[in-house]
Amino acid sequence: MVLGMSTAAITVEGLTKHFGPVTAVDDLSFTVRTGAVTGFLGPNGSGKTTTLRMVLGLMSPSAGRARVGDRPYVEHARPGRVVGSALEASSFHPGRSGLDHLRVYAPQVGVSDARCREVIDLVGLGAAARRRVSGYSMGMRQRLGLATALLTDPPTIVLDEPANGLDPEGIVWLRGFLRHLAEEGRSVLVSSHVLGEVQSTVDDVVVIARGRLVHASSLAGLADLAEHTTYVEGPDRAAVARLVEQHGWSAEASGAGWLVAGAPAPLVGGAAHAAGVELHELTPRGRDLEEVFLRLTAPPTTQGEDAR
Amino acid sequence: MRAALLTEYRKLVSTRFWWILLIVMAGYLAFLAAVIAFSVNAESGDGPGGAPGMPVASGVEAATIVYSLINAIGYVFPLVIGSLAMTSEFRHGTITQSLLVEPRRGVLLAAKLLAAVPLGLLYGVVACVAVVVGGAPVLALVGDGAFLSDSEVLQVLAYGALVTVVWAAIGVAFGALVTNQVAAIVVIIAFTQFVEPIARVGLASVDGLAGAAAYLPGAAADAVIGASFFASMGSADVLSRGAGIAVLLAYAAALALLARWTTLRRDLG
Repeated sequence: MVLGMSTAAITVEGLTKHFGPVTAVDDLSFTVRTGAVTGFLGPNGSGKTTTLRMVLGLMSPSAGRARVGDRPYVEHARPGRVVGSALEASSFHPGRSGLDHLRVYAPQVGVSDARCREVIDLVGLGAAARRRVSGYSMGMRQRLGLATALLTDPPTIVLDEPANGLDPEGIVWLRGFLRHLAEEGRSVLVSSHVLGEVQSTVDDVVVIARGRLVHASSLAGLADLAEHTTYVEGPDRAAVARLVEQHGWSAEASGAGWLVAGAPAPLVGGAAHAAGVELHELTPRGRDLEEVFLRLTAPPTTQGEDAR
Repeated sequence: MRAALLTEYRKLVSTRFWWILLIVMAGYLAFLAAVIAFSVNAESGDGPGGAPGMPVASGVEAATIVYSLINAIGYVFPLVIGSLAMTSEFRHGTITQSLLVEPRRGVLLAAKLLAAVPLGLLYGVVACVAVVVGGAPVLALVGDGAFLSDSEVLQVLAYGALVTVVWAAIGVAFGALVTNQVAAIVVIIAFTQFVEPIARVGLASVDGLAGAAAYLPGAAADAVIGASFFASMGSADVLSRGAGIAVLLAYAAALALLARWTTLRRDLG
């Protein structure tokens, strides 16, 4: 590992970006742990891409700064060897073959043609390596982007919406691929507007909305914010409804019973027992992280400024 | 810088446009050289500037006018291929990846300017061959000869190739300034085929501005070559060869510096 364990892979401090009157990124701070996969989550237009572009030196911040390891990206002698990145699935010259796309950048990051062929095989594009990119599907372009990011075998990888445009099969492949990168001990920052796309592979989450940080924790920390949902069913529907009402839970009708939000199964079961309400089914439905994500990132009209 | 140059070289040869444009240029110049060679020698023709019944030019002068088409007509090609080096990066979004591996934007521009030298030389040599292949047989048949061993003709050809190198560099710098590919090509074609020819003839006919015409880029290039298709049309004032080179390089440098401090300073989003 190039970076010491004491240094975060990526550090973002007070990063701010104004586009005229619009504040795209607003005093954003977070870190990407070395050796961890961090999901960078937020709805479309929340400032994820602008943030990543500032981290990678493509845009200059209005305020604040971002460091990769111990210094800003552009101050690394060969930044392409420190961070591998894939920002847009469409940034290829259509008349160039996939392999030639890699060979173009190979000299500046100091890798051989053999390595170009290696990574293009690694992402499953070996058979299409010599075809021009204009004939590539969206999924193939995403894979070529990943191959570009992996060209130098870098310790840190930044991926912007790598699941965009992938079919379900491609998303499954991407999950496996991200897990593979994590197992190799790389630090990965992967953005997505859909938590579910990266949920099974990330260690940490950074959630932003409207350019501001709304949550940063481990994935488990995010799960702690999630409400338990319990399915409950009894012979007396009205009795169950009264029970839900007495305890201030919210519930919606679901089939023959109720889906109770905000209460784990033991709590619902205990309450039913104490009230003498007969239950025929009591099923924990797990915690819905997607719901937490949507709640965290919801516009302020439906939720106050207490998101932090 | 060596790596940046190799990257630029690979960017160029991994797409087809460079040789397609090269073939188009060769065909176009060969055809025009034949046509012009015929018309300057045509004794009964009403050639530009020539009185009826007299050839427009003869001997070595006719030959140099034909061979100088490398610049007078051909300069649009190195300008376009040079501009594409920059504008295609913006058109296809590859500028992002280019700046990720080389965040120093001045180095990227410098590498592209330097990479334009061998490319321009290739275009220049091919242009020389094209005007000779198209023009020499007609000059020999209809006129007083091809004059291919005449030192004046050889100078026109050699400086024609040299000037093509500078045109390619000017194209890169212009593309860096006007990064929209369509806009850059339209401006280049409009300027070279329309604005400048009219300006050269127009300025030359106004007493107070006649000297200014010599500083137009095409006129400066003609001064370097030492012959001009336009000179035969009556725009007289010409710079010295050294001044011509200086003016051309000044255009390249000014455009490159302007691009570096305007378009290349912007955020890439």
